[in-house]
Amino acid sequence: MSDKDTIAVDVRDAVKRYGDFTALQRISLSIYDNEFFTLLGPSGCGKTTLLRMIAGFEDVTEGAIFLFGDEIEKLPPNKRPVNTVFQNYALFPHMTVTENVGFGLEMRGKSKSEARQRAGEMLELVQLSQFADRKPAQLSGGQQQRVALARALAPQPKVLLLDEPLSALDLKLRQAMRFELKELQRETGITFIFVTHDQEEALTMSDRIAVMSAGKLQQLGEAKEIYERPHNMFVADFIGETNLLEVSVDKIADGRAICHLGGGHELTCNEVPGVGVGSKVHMSVRPERLFLSDEPTESESLKGQVRDNIFVGTDIQTIIDLADGPQMIVRTSNSDRGNKRIFEPGAQAYVNMEQEAARLLVD
Amino acid sequence: MARGKNDIKSFPGFLPMTILCLVILYAPLVVVTIYSLNDSNSITNWEGISFRWYADVFTGPESEKFKIAAWNSFTIAIIAATVSTTIATLAATAMVRGGRFRLRTVSFGLISLPLMVPEIVTAVATLIFFNSIGFTRGYLTILMAHIAFCIPFAYMPISARMQGIEDSYEQAAMDLYATKRQAFTKILMPLMLPGIISGYILAFIISLDDFIITNFVKGAGVETLPTAIFGSVKQGIKPNIMAISTMLLAVSIIMVTISYFVSKSDNTK
Repeated sequence: MSDKDTIAVDVRDAVKRYGDFTALQRISLSIYDNEFFTLLGPSGCGKTTLLRMIAGFEDVTEGAIFLFGDEIEKLPPNKRPVNTVFQNYALFPHMTVTENVGFGLEMRGKSKSEARQRAGEMLELVQLSQFADRKPAQLSGGQQQRVALARALAPQPKVLLLDEPLSALDLKLRQAMRFELKELQRETGITFIFVTHDQEEALTMSDRIAVMSAGKLQQLGEAKEIYERPHNMFVADFIGETNLLEVSVDKIADGRAICHLGGGHELTCNEVPGVGVGSKVHMSVRPERLFLSDEPTESESLKGQVRDNIFVGTDIQTIIDLADGPQMIVRTSNSDRGNKRIFEPGAQAYVNMEQEAARLLVD
Repeated sequence: MARGKNDIKSFPGFLPMTILCLVILYAPLVVVTIYSLNDSNSITNWEGISFRWYADVFTGPESEKFKIAAWNSFTIAIIAATVSTTIATLAATAMVRGGRFRLRTVSFGLISLPLMVPEIVTAVATLIFFNSIGFTRGYLTILMAHIAFCIPFAYMPISARMQGIEDSYEQAAMDLYATKRQAFTKILMPLMLPGIISGYILAFIISLDDFIITNFVKGAGVETLPTAIFGSVKQGIKPNIMAISTMLLAVSIIMVTISYFVSKSDNTK
C-alpha cells in the first residue's frame, strides 16, 4: 500500500504552454511513495503532457516538479531516476530482448555481464526468459509490452511512468495485464504513474486517480470516491455511466438539498458548497443505484413509463420516460431477476433511489 | 493473395510487352559485353572469342591514359561519396529530427532540387562559378563539383530510412540514462546504417559515371574514365572501348548488388 508520509512526486503549479495554447493550466498534485497513481482523461486533456514533463521530455513552462524532495524539472531525462513505458513500447529494434532490458543498466555504468544478469532476472519476473535472444519484431504485442516493462524496471527507477501501455493490446490481454501490472507494482514497491483514457482501467488498478480535462485537474481521489462522489459534471459523465439531470434547488437543510426535476418530480440530493436555493444545477445518479417498482415506495419515487429494455449481459438497462420529465436509465442486475420484476415497454413504473445516490454537481 | 481477374499477368499482351521492354533496356549492354570479347580489330565483324581487348586496356597504347583516368575516377568517387554522405546524414538528421523550423519545406526543396535541374545547367553554372572566382580547373574542381551534386542522391535513401525511425527510440534511450551522444551512436546510427550505406553506394555510382558536369569542370589534361572513354571514341570506336565499358558495367552491377543486399539485410529481424 502507498505510504502517505513520503511524497514521491510533487507537482507544484505546473503550467505548460505551446505558443498561445495552454496544455496544462497550473496543476498541483502530490503522488505518494509506493502508490499506483493514475492520470485519467480524454485525449488532449494534458495527461500525457504532464507525464512527459515528469519524464523530462517536455519543458515546464512555469512551476516546479519534485522527486522525493529534489527539484528535477530542469534536469534532462537521462539525469532523472524515473523510467518510462512508452505507448508504442519504443523497443530498440536492432537489439535483442536481453540487450534492450540491459540497456539502462549499461548506460548507468554497470558492466555488460552485470547488465545481462539483471536483464535475465527481469525477464524471469515478466516470464519471458525463453525469448531473451529474440529481436522485438519477433514478439507479439503482449510480449513486447512486457519487455518494455522489464526494460523500464531493470534500472530500479524511483518512479515508473506508464503512457497508455495497454492501449495497443486486445481486450482479453488488456484485462489480464491490468492485474499483472497491479501485482508488479505491489511486488516491486515502485511508485507507478499510469496514464490512460480508459476509466475502467483506472478504476480497477489505481490507488488514487487524478481526473483531468482541458488541461485542468477535475478531481483527485480514490477510485470509489471518484465514482461515488463526483465533484462536477465532467467527472460524473466521464467515469462510468450516469443519469445527468437538470434540477432546481428548492430548500437546503441538514446537509440535504431538496430539488425538483422537470415535471415536478421532487428528490433529495447532498448539499454542495456554492449551490444555493433557487440555483439550477445538474445532479448525477448511477443507473445501478436505481430500482423500479409498481407502487411508490417510502423514499421519493418518480413516476414514469418504460420505453425499452436493453440486455447488456450482466444487467438489463431499462430506459424510462418520467411523466412530463426527462429520461432515465435504470440498471437491474441479471442475478436479481427472480426477485425483481422486469417491466415491459409501455408499463407504468416508479423509479426509486437508494440513500444518498443522487449527487448534486457543480458545473 | 488470390490472383483474380485483374491480375496484371492476365492482361493481353503482357508477356510480349515485358520482353520488348527488357530487350530495349538490355540489348545494347549485352551487345557491348559480347563484342568486348571479339577477336577482331573491327567493332562489327565477329571473329571469335578473345580477351585481347581486355589486355589492350591494361597494356595497349592507351593503357597509361586509362590507368590515370581510372585512378582519378575511383579516388574522386570515394572521396565525393564519403563527404557527400556525411553531409547528407547530418542534413537528414536536422530535417527529420529538427522539429518544425521555419523554411523546412524550402530546405527540403533546396536539397532535392538538383535532382531535377537538367545536368547541363548545373554543369554550366558550376563552370561559370569556378571561372568567376578564378579557380584553376583540374582534379580539385571535379572533386568539389562531384561532392556537391552527390549530396541529394545520398540524402534521399538516408532521409527515407530516417523517417521510418520514430523519435521515441531516442527518447527511450535518454530515459534509460543515455546521453544525447550515446542515443545517437547506440540507437540512431545503427538504425540509420542501411540508409547510409545505400546513400553512399548511390553517390559513389553517380560520381563514377558522371560525364556532363565532369567534362565541363575538368581542366585540360585531367580525365576521369567517362571523359577518357569519350575522348577515345572521338577518334573512332575501337573494341578496347567495349572492354573498358564492360568492366565499368561490372563495377556498377557489383555496387548495385551490394546496395540491394544491404537494404535487404534488416538488422531488426
